[in-house]
Amino acid sequence: MKSTALTNVHIALGAKMVPFAGYNMPVQYTGINDEHATVRNSVGVFDVSHMGEFILKGENALELIQRVTSNDASKLVDGKVQYSCLPNENGGIVDDLLVYRIDEKTYMLVVNASNIEKDWNWISDRNTNGVEMHNISDKTSLLAVQGPKATAALQKLTEFDLAGMEYYSFKKGKFAGVDNVVVSATGYTGAGGFEIYFDNEHADQIWKAIFEAGAEFGIKPIGLGARDTLRLEKGFALYGNDIDDNTSPLEAGLGWITKFTKEFTNSAALKAEKEAGLKNKLVGFEMIERGIPRHDYEIFDAEGNKIGRVTSGTQSPSLQKAIGLGYVTLENAAIDTDIFIGIRDNKVKAKVVKYPFL
Amino acid sequence: MNFPAELKYTKDHEWVKVEGGEAIIGITDFAQRELGDIVYIDINTVGQTVNHEEIFGTVEAVKTVSDLFMPLTGEVLEINPKLDSNPELVNSDPYGDGWMIRIKIADTAQLDALLSDADYKQQIGE
Repeated sequence: MKSTALTNVHIALGAKMVPFAGYNMPVQYTGINDEHATVRNSVGVFDVSHMGEFILKGENALELIQRVTSNDASKLVDGKVQYSCLPNENGGIVDDLLVYRIDEKTYMLVVNASNIEKDWNWISDRNTNGVEMHNISDKTSLLAVQGPKATAALQKLTEFDLAGMEYYSFKKGKFAGVDNVVVSATGYTGAGGFEIYFDNEHADQIWKAIFEAGAEFGIKPIGLGARDTLRLEKGFALYGNDIDDNTSPLEAGLGWITKFTKEFTNSAALKAEKEAGLKNKLVGFEMIERGIPRHDYEIFDAEGNKIGRVTSGTQSPSLQKAIGLGYVTLENAAIDTDIFIGIRDNKVKAKVVKYPFL
Repeated sequence: MNFPAELKYTKDHEWVKVEGGEAIIGITDFAQRELGDIVYIDINTVGQTVNHEEIFGTVEAVKTVSDLFMPLTGEVLEINPKLDSNPELVNSDPYGDGWMIRIKIADTAQLDALLSDADYKQQIGE
């Protein structure tokens, strides 16, 4: 199992460690509810160094990215980030990712830890025009500093005007005394904040600096458990749960990053799918009767017919109610539709609601 | 972690407190820590006789769900009424206010197979 540069720090802090995507990762420190509240109300730090980073460089870098991703990367300018996805050739999704434009000929792709090898092979196989590719995942650390106090805490560590940075933009430069740090106004919590990319050898220094800067705000380390509850309240898809090799990006609600103004992997089939009308839709739901929905539980209509499956579910720490995401047939996807979740031997009542939940 | 010597334990991380012909059952400090924040205790077996090692309910934490296994065959007499609105008592006081069910013991011979606190600690590597 792989470690991040900070694994020993997490263990020393008393984190509960679990294997995740081949890495030994902290799932919680004080408890999911407490950590969740810390990020929603103040500021918390996630070590997400398991994520993968690829550098694509050369005259044809944009052309390659345009062919393999569904969003339109030609809209990017230097210092901007774009959420996108790598469609496969069978109607599903290889991965979802972030595309960073460093300059006209240099891009960074940030991919899910569990998909690093799959994505690398996928993109390499389609690199027919000589783009220089570097997998910098193993030498790159990534800390997500998230929450309403993140800006005030991190501003002490850099001369960049953090409050002035637009969502989905980034800067590269000096941070906590370290050069060549990427400070990105992105995140997976919907709580505001930044993601900080740097070389592994600076991990201890930067971790320490962030905790000193955040001390007055009660900054805490946050595990993967709260990362999941935070992202689910905001309705952000999780690869492997809500989207995967077999889910349509259109049914997953990712039509907004599927741009038919250009050609990309499987774009003709996806366009035809859209024009023919979708059969299923990823919906948000909340439980009406007691029960917690979980990944892969079945979904039924009032007559007991199976209409879909749960892809994510939890007790929402912020809302104090059980919420979930799942695919249902289009005729059951309207807001306020009663649906029933198969929990053990029971069909437990829920209803379709708008998401983000929060 | 705390494992009171006056209680008996199972490999499934339940504790048992024998009171005459009845027993109080809950989950151990180790179990509640492993589960994390507990949000719902789902027990629908009151009035039923449930066999040794069969499921008498489930415990839902934010991150995960786990079945609850009967340490002894017996009739489920009562569920802790506080858990319906305060399931987090299982985290904060697993051997006290966080108890789960009270049962009528069907076969006292089964008590001999339960673990002592020392046996249980060894089981979980404490």
